Amino acid sequence: MTAPTASTAPAPPADPAALAVRDLRVTFDGFTAVDGVDLDVAPGDLRFLIGPNGAGKTTLVDAVTGLAPATGSVRFAGRELLGRPVHRIARLGIGRTFQTATVFEQLTVLQNLDIAAGAGRSVTTLLRRRRHLPEAVAAALETTALTAHRDRLAGTLAHGRKQWLEIGMLLVQDVRLLLLDEPVAGMSHPEREATGELLHRIAADRTVVVIEHDMDFLRSFARSVTVLHAGRVLSEGTVEQVRADPRVQEVYLGEPALTAPAGGEA
Amino acid sequence: MTRSRLLPLAGFALTAVALFAVAPAVLSDFRLSLLARYLCFAIVAVGIALAWGRGGMLTLGQGLFFGLGGYAMAMHLKLADAGPDGLPDFMLLYGTGGELPWWWEPFRSPVFALAAVLVLPMTLAALIGFLVFRRRVRGAYFAILSQALAAAFALLLIGQQATTGGTNGLTNFQGFFGFALADPLNKRMVYFVIAAALLAVLLITRQLFHSRYGELLVAVRDSEERVRFLGYDPALVKLAAYTVSAGMAGLAGALFVPAVGIISPALIGIVPSIQFVIGAAIGGRASLAGAALGAIAVAWAQTTLSEEFPAAWTYFQAGLFIAVIAFLPGGLASLRHHLTRRRTRATRPRPPTGTPAAEGAPA
Repeated sequence: MTAPTASTAPAPPADPAALAVRDLRVTFDGFTAVDGVDLDVAPGDLRFLIGPNGAGKTTLVDAVTGLAPATGSVRFAGRELLGRPVHRIARLGIGRTFQTATVFEQLTVLQNLDIAAGAGRSVTTLLRRRRHLPEAVAAALETTALTAHRDRLAGTLAHGRKQWLEIGMLLVQDVRLLLLDEPVAGMSHPEREATGELLHRIAADRTVVVIEHDMDFLRSFARSVTVLHAGRVLSEGTVEQVRADPRVQEVYLGEPALTAPAGGEA
Repeated sequence: MTRSRLLPLAGFALTAVALFAVAPAVLSDFRLSLLARYLCFAIVAVGIALAWGRGGMLTLGQGLFFGLGGYAMAMHLKLADAGPDGLPDFMLLYGTGGELPWWWEPFRSPVFALAAVLVLPMTLAALIGFLVFRRRVRGAYFAILSQALAAAFALLLIGQQATTGGTNGLTNFQGFFGFALADPLNKRMVYFVIAAALLAVLLITRQLFHSRYGELLVAVRDSEERVRFLGYDPALVKLAAYTVSAGMAGLAGALFVPAVGIISPALIGIVPSIQFVIGAAIGGRASLAGAALGAIAVAWAQTTLSEEFPAAWTYFQAGLFIAVIAFLPGGLASLRHHLTRRRTRATRPRPPTGTPAAEGAPA
């Protein structure tokens, strides 16, 4: 686990898989959920986004993926994302998961993955049955340890497996930027370990942003951390730097998670 | 695998034998012509199974497309009866000044009329779908909108008495592409055409159900937002199913005309549009056989029961509909599924149910 140096140098905008957020603002009915956030995530980074409830973490991800209307600028691989419809942003290689695992419960694991792989399919391919297992799907089944469950309905999977299936769907979708909203919530300890290692492997040639509350998980797997508070960036850096930041300690006062070795399994 | 492939094949073979051999052999000409009418409703129901059962779009206004197909066919038959340069009989009665309205003219051509039977409803459905699905109108709003359109179309037809026949509709057809409709043999031929159309529609829809598109449609039905994040435009996915189901309703309407001998606003307004849906709902909206058989059974029950108790039928139908929606949302076709599930649940020890957090077994 090689943590980046203190600077977390802003990536040059033309970098193939760099995310560059500038002065992002999201307002709902007069309430400003995200209030001028600047954020740079370089390719290969595994960035954790933390902050108290209501800090604007999920809203930030919603804005990047086109779900929440926002002002400012979000550029990925040099392209402006704001103003594009959700499915066009997805086609630029950006994928996300949700706080509650969202899979197609009435379809099998295999069908879920196959759909995720197919946004570029032609009409004639769509109108035919699936004859062979696409390579990416087979690989994702292996990676997420779901091969034995491929013909089960996704709705019958255990909670942790559903979240793995979601990650698998992002893999076959072949996204360059993954935005994961609490991917290990409700997972058992070994599952967390496995997920963290999986994320590390994925982040080798992609950009990964993880929203997470679990501080054990963060300490073990984050390469860099951004702390949000009240819609703004409070602190940014390595895990050590962020922990040492007095402003972060102040915000987390009474929440021993960051400072004490937390048993964060609520 | 082989079983799941062979069973439906056997089902199709059985249906074909029943439709082409058994029914014509055992049914009187009168009953056979009734069956022809029911089969038309079954074709509509198959389209509803696609759009509603798989696509989640409650199409409460299929009468609109049924009517478009029906009127396109009826206009051609009227013109063919009238002969070259002739006027349909009702126009002579109500008087359009001895002139054929310009939009009737192309329907003299049998090719144009046959194409219009599919193209008109499908184009209109594509247009409606484009406007509606883009704006993310769904659920009850979509259902009410589609029903309102069917009602508006019926009103429009009633208002244009001189050019559409008004409330009377178009009726009293003599020939069907050169065959006299009074001849019982030709009536049988019409029945066979309808039976073949139903089989074709069943095969097409089955292919759609089992294709990758069919899986995608279910995904859109269950989680439209999630599909969007995978890079698809769900509006287009729904649009395709809606358009195909409109084409099926149009085809059914067109075949209904020679089989029953009339198309009128009363056959395409709100009440018939709801009846199309009821058949599919009772039989099972997500199941092809369920929807088709449900439509036939409901239409048959309507004929039989309304002969006996004319006033009670509407209430009975409504009661049946409510009972199915409340207690068996998957329709009668889901009964088997419920039963087998209960049996396996009884034989297999139930896995301990816990909170989701506790359930994740170590990998």
